[in-house]
Amino acid sequence: MMSKLFSPVRKLGHAIIDAVLRLGFAARFFVAVIMASGTSFRRFSLVIREIYIEGFMSLIIISVSGLFVGMVLGLQGYNTLQRFGSESALGVLVALSLLRELGPVVAALLFASRAGTAMTAEIGLMKSTEQLVAMDMMAVNPLSRVIAPKFWAGVISMPLLAAIFSAVGIFGGYLIGVRFIGVDAGTFWSQMQAQVDVRTDVLYGVYKSFVFGIVVTVIALFEGFDAPPTAEGVSRATTRTVVISSLAILVLDFVLTAFMLGGN
Amino acid sequence: MSIDKLVEITDLNFSYNSRPVLRGVNLSVSKGSIVAIMGGSGCGKTTLLRLIGGMIRASSGVVRVDGEEIRGLRREQLYEMRRRMGMLFQFGALFTDLSVFENVAFPMREHTDLPEAMIADLVLMKLNAVGLRGAARLMPSELSGGMSRRVALARAIALDPMLMMYDEPFTGLDPISLGIIGKLIRDLNDALGTTSILVTHDIHESLRIVDYVYFISDGQVVAEGTPDEVRHSTSPFVEQFINGRPDGPVPFHYPAPSFEEDLRLEAVKS
Repeated sequence: MMSKLFSPVRKLGHAIIDAVLRLGFAARFFVAVIMASGTSFRRFSLVIREIYIEGFMSLIIISVSGLFVGMVLGLQGYNTLQRFGSESALGVLVALSLLRELGPVVAALLFASRAGTAMTAEIGLMKSTEQLVAMDMMAVNPLSRVIAPKFWAGVISMPLLAAIFSAVGIFGGYLIGVRFIGVDAGTFWSQMQAQVDVRTDVLYGVYKSFVFGIVVTVIALFEGFDAPPTAEGVSRATTRTVVISSLAILVLDFVLTAFMLGGN
Repeated sequence: MSIDKLVEITDLNFSYNSRPVLRGVNLSVSKGSIVAIMGGSGCGKTTLLRLIGGMIRASSGVVRVDGEEIRGLRREQLYEMRRRMGMLFQFGALFTDLSVFENVAFPMREHTDLPEAMIADLVLMKLNAVGLRGAARLMPSELSGGMSRRVALARAIALDPMLMMYDEPFTGLDPISLGIIGKLIRDLNDALGTTSILVTHDIHESLRIVDYVYFISDGQVVAEGTPDEVRHSTSPFVEQFINGRPDGPVPFHYPAPSFEEDLRLEAVKS
């Protein structure tokens, strides 16, 4: 009777211990990847190849999403601003929304779904088909040869993708606001130029996307590396990559925003 | 350590999660020979290979390769040792994002500064040795199981290793591919002057090509001898293994309470 009563508490305890253990393993994994990064810099072509796979191959989804997010911002922004007679601020609204928040956050969410899952599945399958062990047996460290180049490619790609997302998004806002609705183009661009600050708006967005790049890539690589070598194990790891990355992005976005606004 | 022994294993014990896998194993492999390690599935054969390759660490006992104790090696020293080893994995473990050519070139690119033209020649020579020079541009997904293993073999011998380890090289192959792999193992061993350890449960093909056999059951060496000695062995385990009898020293039933007890027949009787 008592054991049944305490069963949920015990389960919760196990879940918490498990989560803390995994966090510890992930932290050790992160340190190990950093320590094994020498090869990535000596043979930068390995990183370039991964940037092509992770970054370049994500360009279509990033650009199309950015365009539509920008277009929606244009519509919603105009609809709200015209109530106060401030349509001229549409360019500022679109740019600030994208540069400060939507660019880094949505690009990171898309990166986690597209490139993150691909990384997890690839590493998980390499593990289950003994490719990583085979590499290790050939005296080639898989952390240096496979994991670290992917990590640095993710860290480099993420801010670039966020920048492209924001740029295409601003173009989407321009298309809707200026071309279709008829906001004055000069006002749209000049207000944006006047109100958007490089340090507090553009750079803070870049910092965020840099942090998201590290976090998403480490989660994706760790989940793949830690996946049980079975079909179910790889599938669960891929799901966990999306879930944990998405939550981490949103929580970190709040924390980073609080720090950045607090610093002003 | 005897000078003509490349691998020497003494009182080796290994446990996995407190479950003993290997118990007091002693065996040795002479230079230039092919030794088969045989036994049923899950008896610890592959674990033994992993211990020799330093992929896992023994609970106790000594594994020496070329005079060096594997457990005492630091990572760099272990990698140095592994450069002189080759391993053929059960299903090849080819890198699926690289072509056949690039797979075989991989160890050369990682460990040597050879010019590209020389790497190309060496790769084609290795592929020619396994009969797959014509498949150099194919991707691993375009290969059959037997071809994958031959490419993996070409990759494993890329740096002319002193020790080759084969993990279940015959599993899942048709008779022709099986014969080809068996012949390649023998021919390459003799041509390269390599020493080979073959983990398998394919008794007939193995006895055809190896010089010595160890039988492992329940984590212990239970029989050993040359192929001729094995064929005429009166050991109950060897007889059961060679003739494929379902019951014997290796029982058909996994340990369990009595059948009557499980079906609660005693309760019905009383």
